[in-house]
Amino acid sequence: MKNTPTGKEKPVKSAPVEEVWILKLYVAGQTPKSIAAFANLKKICDEHLCGKYRIEIIDLLKNPMLAKGDQILAIPTVVRQLPPPVKKLIGDLANTQRVLIGLDIKPAAKVVK
Amino acid sequence: MAKPERKIVLDKCPTGIRGFDEISNGGLPKGRPTLICGGAGCGKTVLAMEFLLRGAIQYKEPGVFVSFEETPKDLSENFASLGYDLDDMTARKLIAIDHIYIERSEIEETGEYDLEGLFIRLAHAIDSIKAKRIVLDTIESLFSGLSNEGILRAELRRLFHWLKDRGITAVITGESGRNGLTRYGLEEYVADCVISLDFRIREQISTRRLRIIKYRGSSHGADEYPFLVEKTGISILPVTSLGLDHTVSNERISSGIPRLDNMLAGKGFYRGSTILVSGTAGTGKTSFAAKFVEVACKRGERCLYLAFEESADQIIRNMHSIGTDLAPWVKKGNLKFHASRPSLYGLEMHLVTIHNLISDFKPRIVIVDPVSNLTAVGTSVEVKSVLTRLFDYLKANHITAFLTDLVHFGGSLERTNEEISSLIDTWVLLRDIELNGERNRGLYILKSRGMAHSNQIREVLLSDRGIELVDVYLGPGGVLTGSARAAQEAKEEAEARDHLGEVNRRMREQDRKRQVLEARIAALRTEFEAESEELRTMTAEERKRRDSVSADQTEMARLRKADRSTDSRKEGKKRAKK
Repeated sequence: MKNTPTGKEKPVKSAPVEEVWILKLYVAGQTPKSIAAFANLKKICDEHLCGKYRIEIIDLLKNPMLAKGDQILAIPTVVRQLPPPVKKLIGDLANTQRVLIGLDIKPAAKVVK
Repeated sequence: MAKPERKIVLDKCPTGIRGFDEISNGGLPKGRPTLICGGAGCGKTVLAMEFLLRGAIQYKEPGVFVSFEETPKDLSENFASLGYDLDDMTARKLIAIDHIYIERSEIEETGEYDLEGLFIRLAHAIDSIKAKRIVLDTIESLFSGLSNEGILRAELRRLFHWLKDRGITAVITGESGRNGLTRYGLEEYVADCVISLDFRIREQISTRRLRIIKYRGSSHGADEYPFLVEKTGISILPVTSLGLDHTVSNERISSGIPRLDNMLAGKGFYRGSTILVSGTAGTGKTSFAAKFVEVACKRGERCLYLAFEESADQIIRNMHSIGTDLAPWVKKGNLKFHASRPSLYGLEMHLVTIHNLISDFKPRIVIVDPVSNLTAVGTSVEVKSVLTRLFDYLKANHITAFLTDLVHFGGSLERTNEEISSLIDTWVLLRDIELNGERNRGLYILKSRGMAHSNQIREVLLSDRGIELVDVYLGPGGVLTGSARAAQEAKEEAEARDHLGEVNRRMREQDRKRQVLEARIAALRTEFEAESEELRTMTAEERKRRDSVSADQTEMARLRKADRSTDSRKEGKKRAKK
């Protein structure tokens, strides 16, 4: 599954601004929920982070040992690696409001944009 | 749901936990999940962990411990105190520990999800060491970490199916809840075997208990079994009530006091019997126990001395006063003291401890000194129940039990506070006999099953020569003991001496009389002999005189030329002969 979203839509726009968001999306195979989660995450990031983000997709079926490090139980899970503090979101990210709160993305980002 | 696939004989997964495999007829159901539920601090984690560790060490079944609460560091520290080196075992791939940390405040739920991540982690851990056993230590933490109960329940159901499919013996712990066995109703998913742990405090003494609530497809003990978390792990006492079908021994063993043996048909107690020495304070109960121990140690037997009143050192010191030195036997390993306050823990715990001590030390004789102190931690019904089980266990193992029992003043001497008299085979009663302003110790045998025992009261004398039993004085004045007995004995002795003196005196007198008589006989004989001698002398003189007279007459006749001279001479001769 990794290949489809990664190859096509992993936009690493390393902006000159120091604030780069690194988001890890944990999935287990190509399930509908994972695909939905990726689509939702991408949409929100594009809208609010204006390119200053990077999404890493980790497939636990391929690297099961990585689940331990970030204490992954639920699939899909998004971990906000940067900026600190680490935050965790679970679910398919369908509830945009909750995603914004969970990732601590201020609507101000919109204004900045 | 698993009914159709159930085999005729259920495979069991032995736990290796002391006593558990006995009550569960072999262990936990193999390849199925088992729920252990109970309140905080009742030993769920220890039980689960021990199942895993013993499985890995004793049965070569590696196990995964999934902790939702404690970190691996905490766990290895906690289990180091039970003598397990978790880090080493992890390194040797005997166990794997996975700590799953879940904190609601750090997680935002943003839509549909499942717990595939958990499954992947479990699968990874299981595969990494080829685990056969798994423990999920409080999987309920998921409920506090995640809010969508609908998803959780569906996923849990899937999890237990998944574990079953993999054929892994799983132990799931759960906190007991108000409505039901667990707070979140885990028993709904784990339907094969449910074990409940309980931690009860009564009168400030806590007792842990274990009960198998259900066990599909297997018989199991249904009682509540007390258990103990010891230095070596959990031990459960499987003894509830043993039957009365134990074999008995005809062997007799000495009490250590020859005269007491004499009172018991000359041979002492039966091996494997239950002996009670009861009495009021200070009647020498412990001394009797010490003597019994000493003689058993001399025979080379092992003795376990359960002291509930005095420390081992104190007993050893005090027993020097009756000339018994127990210290060498302790050093030699024949004698083992276990001194504890009865109030240290509950009755059931005492039973577990005693049970473990016995199965480790394998004594032939067990002393409980005194059994009455156990009443401090339970009602008489409980004490009786515990003691019955203890005695049954001892009897079944041919261990002679020697108990002392403190009878309180004012109570009847011929009953024990613990209502155990019916359990006793030989009952020696020590009592104070108060007389003439002093107290003395009297002993008698209240009962002794299976032997013709003495019905006499003996007085007990404790001295540095040991315990002596002496006959009490029985006379018109009643039973006399102590100085009264001594005085009476002295009096009798004096009387006897007087009597003997009189006899001797009379004999001497008689002797003297005989001597006097003999002297007199001798004197008379001498006198008689003297007279006879005189008489003989006189006769001889007479004859001489006659002869001279006759000669004169003959001479005169010759001179006178008389005729009748021959006749008169003949007559004179005749007279002399006479």
